[in-house]
Amino acid sequence: MIEVNRKGEVWVFAEQHDGRLEDTPVELMSKARHLADTLGVKLAAVVLGDGVKDLATKLIQYGADKVYLAEHPLLRAYQTNSYAKVIFDLIHKHTPQIVLYGATIAGRDLAPRIASATRAGLTADCTDLQIGDHTTARDKKVHKNLLFQIRPAFGGNIIATIINPDRWPQMATVREGVMPMPEPDGKRKGRIVEEEVTLAQHDLPLEILEEHKREKKVDLKAARIIVAGGAGLGSKDNFKLVWDLANCLGGAPAATRAAVDLSFIDHDHQVGQTGTTVRPSLYIAVGISGAIQHQAGMSQSQKIVAINNDPDAPIFGVAHYKIIGDLNEVVPMMIKSVREKS
Amino acid sequence: MGYNCVVLIKQVPDTKRITGDVMNDDGTVKRSALPAIFNPEDLNALEMALQIKDKFGGHITVITMGLPAASDILRDSLFRGVDEAILLTDRRCAASDTLATSYILSCAVKKLDYDIVLCGRQAIDGDTAQVGPQLAEKLGITQITYVEELTELNGKTITARRNIGNGFQQVKAPLPVLLTVTGDANEPRVAAAKKMMKYKNALTPIEIQQKITAENPDAVQSEIKELAEHKYGKLVEKGLLIKQWDLDAIEADLSWCGMSGSPTKVHRIQSVVLAAKESKEIEPDEKAVSDMIHELIADKIIA
Repeated sequence: MIEVNRKGEVWVFAEQHDGRLEDTPVELMSKARHLADTLGVKLAAVVLGDGVKDLATKLIQYGADKVYLAEHPLLRAYQTNSYAKVIFDLIHKHTPQIVLYGATIAGRDLAPRIASATRAGLTADCTDLQIGDHTTARDKKVHKNLLFQIRPAFGGNIIATIINPDRWPQMATVREGVMPMPEPDGKRKGRIVEEEVTLAQHDLPLEILEEHKREKKVDLKAARIIVAGGAGLGSKDNFKLVWDLANCLGGAPAATRAAVDLSFIDHDHQVGQTGTTVRPSLYIAVGISGAIQHQAGMSQSQKIVAINNDPDAPIFGVAHYKIIGDLNEVVPMMIKSVREKS
Repeated sequence: MGYNCVVLIKQVPDTKRITGDVMNDDGTVKRSALPAIFNPEDLNALEMALQIKDKFGGHITVITMGLPAASDILRDSLFRGVDEAILLTDRRCAASDTLATSYILSCAVKKLDYDIVLCGRQAIDGDTAQVGPQLAEKLGITQITYVEELTELNGKTITARRNIGNGFQQVKAPLPVLLTVTGDANEPRVAAAKKMMKYKNALTPIEIQQKITAENPDAVQSEIKELAEHKYGKLVEKGLLIKQWDLDAIEADLSWCGMSGSPTKVHRIQSVVLAAKESKEIEPDEKAVSDMIHELIADKIIA
């Protein structure tokens, strides 16, 4: 662990594979930027890899003031031990106050290993981060400007706010798709700090024999917000409303079997008995009547908003918010309202 | 050659069955009101260990850190075919976060002879998936997370297929190794009737004490101790006394356990309003739609 360091930077581990940045750490950049501004410190991204310097420029455009770049042939492919070792060393060298990771497969493999070695706290799979004060119950000691690590727990039945008052850095992994992707700003200036890396073959105990990656499909299971469209959209063109609403909410577009059969969208997006079963925080059903087969795949969603012009549509039976009206009017209203609020 | 496997298991509240009446007024969950179950992915980890033993021979130890009631999942493991079960229970473990938990577990595992340590990917009460990797770090061994298939065990190396989200990876590592196993890895076997007959009366020392105390409400401490010692002896003869460790037995540094060993603290807990099918009708106009969006943002449904 490191000592409490109020001047310490906010860090984002900018996970990349094959020279491509993962979405989740990029999504994290806008939130991390906000945290750094609130604390009045610099935001730094940390990139590990081999021949990935061009990513540093991108990260500056996404909001980083600084990019720590650690390049080494042995960092080409992600491995727990080698990556953990390099980041552990960087944390002890620069003493950041906050280190954030995407809650991706690699992020959830790596962050606990670093936390254990550092003997610092780590909160998994956060859905929100804020800065706030905490008063210790026993001695009424006030800890100012801590990282509030907000996450669902107990199968999503409670929301816990976790803090790490004194064994820093404050570290968290953040769930995929819960924060909006920032727009790159080509005019932003930042500094690239090249870090020297010493690694030996014994730092890589794994041998990666083979790797198969599918073309990246939509990950409906991981989506916190899903906007699904049904046959009620009428056409593939009009289905764009679903995409637009999903995009502005940082959610995933989905569909009923009927909409997939009508070729409005690819089968990968299908929710229901013959598609994916989802339980996001928010499920917005647009022009969906709500056949039982569809309900089976989505009725466990935490909040359901249904928009349909038929007041007797079965979907209203599972909806928390019922909007009986024309989706062509209601969806644009929602988009407008979301844009104004965020 | 056989392999020594240590499987870390956890008894968890069945969070899939939470209803309104198991919530306290302050929004916390009454753990005691929920049925306690064997953490689902720990059963997959256990099954993987049993398959290793079926094929190569060896010895399987299960360890659980928890309350005396967690003895249930130790008996369940004995029914399924493990060789040894250990209850790690100590009041001083209370309030341990994942870091303190992994430290305590590492002290216990270090007391054993192991080639492969297996854990479920994550527990359904916390969903953190942190204890496995943290334990591997504390043991100073290689971790392979998200394992969905054990491909090969050959001498001192293991090959496993791990899920990498948008595909899979085949990786090879030298033993000893720690695996975290996903729910897709296998279909856990059921308890064997013969073993159930054999182990149904197996007990941990703390269960024996609790039982004797309940049966002899007027007995003084020394009498209870004497009765318990007698019962331990009888169970040991039959091979039915489940091993029990406390923090002293595993020589844990207390400053790294429980509250003092946990860097993370809870600032606040809020209950999520349960889908009580309470529904609101929203007028299809700008004001009503905007109010709804605002409510969803306030409820943290929309980030």
